[in-house]
Amino acid sequence: MIKKSTPKERRIILKHADDPNYSNKIDCYLKNGGYSVLKKAFAMKPEDIGEEVLKSGVRGRGGAGFPAGMKWKFLDRKSGKPIYLICNADESEPGTFKDRQIMYKDPHQLIEGMMIAAYAIQAKQSFIYIRAEFFEGARILERAIEEAKEKNLCGDNILGSSFCCDLVVHRGAGAYICGEETGLIESLEGKRPNPRIKPPYFPAVLGLYQCPTIVNNVETLCNVKHILEMGGDEFAKLGKPNNTGTRIWCVSGHVKKPGYYEFECGALTLGEMIYDVCGGLLPGRSLKAVIPGGSSSKILRADERFTGKLKDGTEFDWGIDDIPLDFDGPASAGSMSGSGGIIIMDDTVDMVEAMANINAFYAHESCGQCTPCREGSLWMRKITKRMCSGHAREEDADLLLSVANQIEGRTICAFGEAASWPTQSFIAKFRDEFELKAKNDHSKPTLQLI
Amino acid sequence: MIVEHLMELSKETLIKIDEVIPKYPEKRSAALMVIHLVQDELGSISDESCSWIADKLSLQPINIKELITFYPMLRETPWGKTHVRVCRTLPCALRGSYGTCKILEDKLGVKEGYVRDDGEYSIEFMECLADCGEGPVVMVGEHTYENIEGKNAEKFAKLLLDKELNSSKEFNSYEETLVVAPPVSKRTNKKS
Ligand SMILES: Cc1cc2nc3c(=O)[nH]c(=O)nc-3n(C[C@H](O)[C@H](O)[C@H](O)COP(=O)(O)O)c2cc1C
Ligand code: SF4
Ligand code: FES
Repeated sequence: MIKKSTPKERRIILKHADDPNYSNKIDCYLKNGGYSVLKKAFAMKPEDIGEEVLKSGVRGRGGAGFPAGMKWKFLDRKSGKPIYLICNADESEPGTFKDRQIMYKDPHQLIEGMMIAAYAIQAKQSFIYIRAEFFEGARILERAIEEAKEKNLCGDNILGSSFCCDLVVHRGAGAYICGEETGLIESLEGKRPNPRIKPPYFPAVLGLYQCPTIVNNVETLCNVKHILEMGGDEFAKLGKPNNTGTRIWCVSGHVKKPGYYEFECGALTLGEMIYDVCGGLLPGRSLKAVIPGGSSSKILRADERFTGKLKDGTEFDWGIDDIPLDFDGPASAGSMSGSGGIIIMDDTVDMVEAMANINAFYAHESCGQCTPCREGSLWMRKITKRMCSGHAREEDADLLLSVANQIEGRTICAFGEAASWPTQSFIAKFRDEFELKAKNDHSKPTLQLI
Repeated sequence: MIVEHLMELSKETLIKIDEVIPKYPEKRSAALMVIHLVQDELGSISDESCSWIADKLSLQPINIKELITFYPMLRETPWGKTHVRVCRTLPCALRGSYGTCKILEDKLGVKEGYVRDDGEYSIEFMECLADCGEGPVVMVGEHTYENIEGKNAEKFAKLLLDKELNSSKEFNSYEETLVVAPPVSKRTNKKS
């Protein structure tokens, strides 16, 4: 849908996305200055581009928040093997819907960012791994790549230089685990997307076909274009130190105006997002909890106090509304900003049902390689589902917690954490509701979320 | 090959398959894309298709079978003529997607996860479709419809049943609004 920028937004990545006069065709992109940064990049040395990205401090927008410039530095260039660039367009973390807007509405921005990145890391082959549910998205990207190739902006001899980099759109097939970068690589090799163990399989060293590979999120790669356009130092002035640039926050759940909103990192608090930007809660409701960074991140309770010391030494004492929306804010509050998907829950939500809904997701999506994850996620689903069907037991909260604790840290990939953090945090923050379920054993279940 | 003449793929699909394979540095990487092309045309991947695809990529049939049985969107039996996907995950559920699914099940006369006896409709609960701000999200074929809830869902289901979803213009899919980029007010299924 088309959304107007709210006054306080700072749209850089989504600058044109919802302009009714803007289209996803190359003519429109070129008219708005598109691909001029690619020209600028080709006048530079590849390693100097890497330096700019490093200086910008830009952190990955896919979930882990790892600095992109640093990741690029880890590339094994000595092996002499071909280098690959992969754009992670799997966008499968529940609560996240930003990459969709970029790819459907401004695909050339991603292609320009990718070609700059490919030149910087000297990749001769690149891929966009896009989730299969984005049927039209894949077609839009394919068309856009064709358009770019016709104008020598992608593919062979880009801008008349000797640099060639092909770009292929690869569709997944509905599995969340393909968002995990090593699972994605396995999938791109034509196999089941079973994630690989790190070490030794850090993609920058042993990635696609055992060659050095950079995997970056859609939004991260778009940022590369803007970093080069304004220069790393200028970009670093956006947002806050260690939290540079803008972020596209995706707000869903119980607010009046859910949607995607791009702000400089740290420009607003969670409270401002909920009440000023998203119009507040639905009439007559009050805030109960927020999941701040996609369903894998730990839940925050509306009446909690969050205290501690920030990295720079300043002490903080926040209510939920005071949490700054950047990378470090939600992390300081004991959760994470993850993929930027903020899920708002009001007082109508039964926390055990919400938990059951989330557990059903992880049970469905575990790749099944690691016993703790495969079995644990199924048991967590089973227990919470039973609890919601009028058969809760007193010991269920502890049982759930013990299952979750036995997954965390004992698996090949971070899905294990993604599956156990919700349960651990729900029990820590809403144990009373889990225990109440057992006492009200015969109460009629509402069953709206499961 | 024995399997070759048994497969009934159109010329266009065969051409597309031959075009997609050389895009990859290694043949096997094309597996998902070839499977998609075959499934798009035949509706599902039979054992025979598995063998044919494997042959095409110099693999064993099990290398294809293991993909079909892993990925949620790959099928061994086809969905209905009109396949409806309803998002089940938390953000959509908070906005009423379980109710939406129930309405669709009742109206279309088929349970989630199944194909109606006459093969016309099938419904599938999906995990997050990456459009959570406009939930509940429902996909019909390759089109994504937003805010399908309550009364809206009733109307939506009726249009779907009467095969009038496209002609009525009451619901514009996310994909349709992109092409013409209409002003916001044109969207009737948007909550105020
Ligand atoms: C279970 C799991 C699912 C993930 N899903 C996605 C995803 O859908 N999209 C994405 O960009 N990153 C996802 N990631 C993160 C990727 O593994 C990887 O860190 C990211 O693509 C790197 O890009 P960035 O550094 O630009 O953020 C996921 C990670 C895990 C553990
Ligand atoms: S943690 Fe889970 S998803 Fe990750 S590799 Fe192990 S079983 Fe697969
Ligand atoms: S939860 Fe339904 S689209 Fe994300």
